[in-house]
This record gives sequence, structure tokens and C-alpha cells, in this order.
Amino acid sequence: MPLDNVVFWVFAPISIASAIGMLLVRNAIHAALFLIVNFFCLAVFFLLLDAPFLFAVQIVVYAGAIMVLFLFVIMLLGVDSNVPIRERLLVQRPIAFILGAAFVVELFLAIRAGVGFSTKAPDAFTANEGGNTQAVAKVLFSQYFFPFEVTSILLLVAAIAAMVLAHRRTRAVTQAEIDAEAEDRDERAPAYDAEAAS
Amino acid sequence: MRTPVAYYLMLSGILFMLGTVGVLTRKNALLIFMSVELQLNAVNLSLVAFSRLHDDLTGQVLAFFSMVVAAAEVVVGLAIIVAIYRRRRSVDVDDVRELRW
Repeated sequence: MPLDNVVFWVFAPISIASAIGMLLVRNAIHAALFLIVNFFCLAVFFLLLDAPFLFAVQIVVYAGAIMVLFLFVIMLLGVDSNVPIRERLLVQRPIAFILGAAFVVELFLAIRAGVGFSTKAPDAFTANEGGNTQAVAKVLFSQYFFPFEVTSILLLVAAIAAMVLAHRRTRAVTQAEIDAEAEDRDERAPAYDAEAAS
Repeated sequence: MRTPVAYYLMLSGILFMLGTVGVLTRKNALLIFMSVELQLNAVNLSLVAFSRLHDDLTGQVLAFFSMVVAAAEVVVGLAIIVAIYRRRRSVDVDDVRELRW
């Protein structure tokens, strides 16, 4: 049995099991940890598919940055100390599972008709010549240069949006209020000084 | 490359389906959000698999872009969830229904 087959059949059940675990656990922290396992499995698949750059990006961006952000927010909100989430989806739940199973069957038929279950990728990945990262950079900075620049604007907008949304809104303070407060403090200050002197 | 590409596509479809079921059956906004992340990752896997099949790097570049967009989406989405939690002390999606009608 060739090595990439072995690795695939080891990691595919792990990734599916971790996804199912994410669906079934009640604790949000456990769900996030299952999702991290799933992301690591997908990173291994990227490596098997000759995409080592995406393997690194998957681990750094997803398992590193995004999931840490998720865990941070879960800790911040203290979800498990919250009121238990009511289960009122008694009707939708079985329907969702039935539709999911139907989706998988349909997908199976579509893949068999479209790609075929015996089609294998060519042995040599010629697009990767001279290193995967270099090859991706060549495509990214020539053919997809404009979308690349647009994503930088997107990230900037997202950063500003996060600051605006998460910022605790404080009331604007007028100069009159500041003066009134200062006067108030001046009135109280001599009494305090006298008390301290005695 | 001995594993047929269809296996990767099938795995990606199953993970996408599990993400969809998660979105449909969960009520905690954070868990719904995590399920959406699972769906995005499943699609990334099929993009990379097609890139390998057609010997073309466009799929990998697209997966890279989808990761960037997912990062931006997570930042804004989590900020919205934190803002909702501050207002209502809850992340249950049933509590946020002012815009439904």
C-alpha cells in the first residue's frame, strides 16, 4: 500500500470523527478543540496534495490565529457558565440529518459522474516546479495581483470594523461637564486639606 | 499520487455536510460560527484537490484567498457576537430576533 494512501486513510477518519465530535459536544471549548484537530488533519491533506505552502498557512492562520481568537472570545463570554441553551429544535434536528445524508448520496453520484472514483492525479505536479511557495507567488503576483491588493483593503476594513464594533461606546463629555467636575473637586478639596492638616 | 482525487472530494463533501448540519442544529452563535469555518475549510480541501488533479496552481491561490476572507470574516463576526453579548447577555440566536419581521 503506497504511503500517501496510508496517510490518507489514517487522517480521513480522524477528521470526520473530530467534525462529528464538534457537532455533538455541548461545551463550546471542547467544540473549539475538536475543530483544531480537524484543521490539523486538513493541513496534512494539503501536504499530501503537494501544497506545502497552504499546509503552513493552514496551521499558522487557522489553527493558530483564528482558533485562538475563538477560544479567547469563548473565555471572554464565559459561555459554559451561561444559562443552558434550550433545545427547541426537536423537529429540525432529524430533518437536518436526513437532508445531510441525502446530500452525501447526491455528492457521491455527482463525483462518480463528474470525476470518477478511479481517476488519479498525474504523478508529477509540474506546476510546482522550483518550489511550491515560489510557484504560488509567481501566480499570485502576476495573474492575481489585483485581487491580492483588494484583499489588503478587505483586511484593513475588517480590522477597523472589529475596533468599531467591539468598542464600548462611551458618552461624549462636554467641556461644561469637565468644568463642573473641576469646580466640584475644588469645593471639596479645601475641606480635605483642612482635615489632613489637623 | 496513488489516492484517487475523488476520495478527497468525497471527504470534503462529508465535512461540508457536517458543517451544514452544525449550522442547522446549533443554537449557540459561536458554535454556528465554528461550523461555518468547517464548511469553508472543506471547500478549501476540494479546491486544492482540483488544483492537484488539473496540474494548475489556480486552485491553491483561490484557497489562499478564501483563507484571507475567512480571517476577515471571523474578526468581524466575533466582534458582532461580542457586541450582541454585551447588549443581551446571551449568544443564543433565538434571543436576537428583532429583524425577523
